[in-house]
Amino acid sequence: MSIQTLTDQLLSGHRRSLARLITYVENDHPDAAEALERLYPHTGQAHLIGITGAPGTGKSSLVNQLAQAYRRREQRVAVLAVDPTSPFSGGAILGDRIRMTELTGDPGVFIRSMASRGSLGGLARAVGDALKVLDAAGFDKILLETVGAGQSEVEIAKTAQTVIVVEAPGLGDDVQAIKAGILEIADIFVVNKADRPEAKRTAAALKMMLELGHAPAHHLLRHSLLASLDQTSPYEAAGPAWTIPVLPTVAINGQGLDEVVAAIEQHRQHLLDSGELALRDRARLIDELETTLQSELMRQVIARLPADVLAEMVARLDDRSLTPQAAAQKILAAVGLAG
Amino acid sequence: MTTNTQKIRVLVAKPGLDGHDRGAKVVARALRDAGLEVIYTGIRQTPDMIAESALQEDVDVIGLSILSGAHMALLPAVVDKLRQVGIDDVLIVAGGIIPEQDIVALKEAGVHAVFTPGTPMQSIIDFIKDNVPLNKA
Ligand SMILES: Nc1nc2c(ncn2[C@@H]2O[C@H](COP(=O)(O)OP(=O)(O)OP(=O)(O)O)[C@@H](O)[C@H]2O)c(=O)[nH]1
Ligand SMILES: [Mg+2]
Repeated sequence: MSIQTLTDQLLSGHRRSLARLITYVENDHPDAAEALERLYPHTGQAHLIGITGAPGTGKSSLVNQLAQAYRRREQRVAVLAVDPTSPFSGGAILGDRIRMTELTGDPGVFIRSMASRGSLGGLARAVGDALKVLDAAGFDKILLETVGAGQSEVEIAKTAQTVIVVEAPGLGDDVQAIKAGILEIADIFVVNKADRPEAKRTAAALKMMLELGHAPAHHLLRHSLLASLDQTSPYEAAGPAWTIPVLPTVAINGQGLDEVVAAIEQHRQHLLDSGELALRDRARLIDELETTLQSELMRQVIARLPADVLAEMVARLDDRSLTPQAAAQKILAAVGLAG
Repeated sequence: MTTNTQKIRVLVAKPGLDGHDRGAKVVARALRDAGLEVIYTGIRQTPDMIAESALQEDVDVIGLSILSGAHMALLPAVVDKLRQVGIDDVLIVAGGIIPEQDIVALKEAGVHAVFTPGTPMQSIIDFIKDNVPLNKA
């Protein structure tokens, strides 16, 4: 099937083509770039909501409830659920659908599970591209679930327009969360499992942390090198700051969900009113430009690098006659890129 | 042609009404340890749900774990639903307590392989790796 047929079918609502195109971008299929070029003009409409937090805090259960709330409001919902690949086998168990069984038969919902696979750069690209494919397919809300366990997942979660960080009592160690940088990216905190008595303490601790000003909001936007070089376009919102709410939920029965839905809408409105939505999109896209440039440059270096040069560099690293930095310069010279 | 990043994606589902999935979980873990990506959907999956999940996840393989004895009704129903949503290129394997004569009928109905209890995990993995249609790249 031609790539144009696939993208045309996706744009007319064909779900199997949507599923196949996500596979294409995930696998870095040779036709993926053309598919994305065709779909790109149709993106930019969806509200992209990230749901992240420590393992087992109830993210998938919350996604399940959120999706149902949006369906009651007649909005179309896509879910992209990312789970870690086992570093030992390269395989993965993707189990988030277990909590979303009620959504399975609904033609207004599309759920896709994705394994984190190789590098952070690779995952960021695959997730970014899969989100574009879902966006082009016309979903109103896209819910991106990632396990907030490490730096890479935090990087991914940050690309959402509205980021929900899910905490639960007795689970995620607060110090870990602070280390991973997960608290800093929250636009909304959800304290799930509020049916447990210790939930009150978790919420109080979060509120105290917020009052201490532990959560900067704006300066995160300009984090890529290219963005810091670009002095002509604004990256920082000037408007009033967003007040991060801390909301209790019980995701297994839907308690507190209306408040979360309302907070998400308020946040989107805030992004629109303050102009920050466009700024976040700009920051995300320039980030993507930067990672693409990095991997493309690396690819070109590899393509032009004579095998004997690489072997020589490795030998000289081994006998300590060359630092990795000096070896990099020699390699750049060998491929004609020495500055 | 396969791209270097392509992985075998398997949907593991448990059709039928019986409520425990220890066997399916063991299989899921073994497949992960063999380098496959396992989409685990859990218990009490209807043929409609299995077909819809397989479509959304664009899997290469569907593994159905069935203990309830209702395999002759459920497994062909899953195959039918898959055909209805336009999926005719996935490998369908089933595992469970299934008598020899039923296996023949199930294969005629479109199930590619049936594994009875005691089958070494490695032969399931080998069968999948040897027969999976990697037709997406
Ligand atoms: N008591 C209680 N249990 C909950 C609540 N929400 C979720 N759970 C349970 O917590 C467990 C984990 O829920 P999930 O929704 O799978 O959590 P998750 O964060 O998506 O988990 P991972 O994707 O594995 O990181 C399940 O057993 C849920 O039933 C809640 O509000 N209260
Ligand atoms: Mg989950």
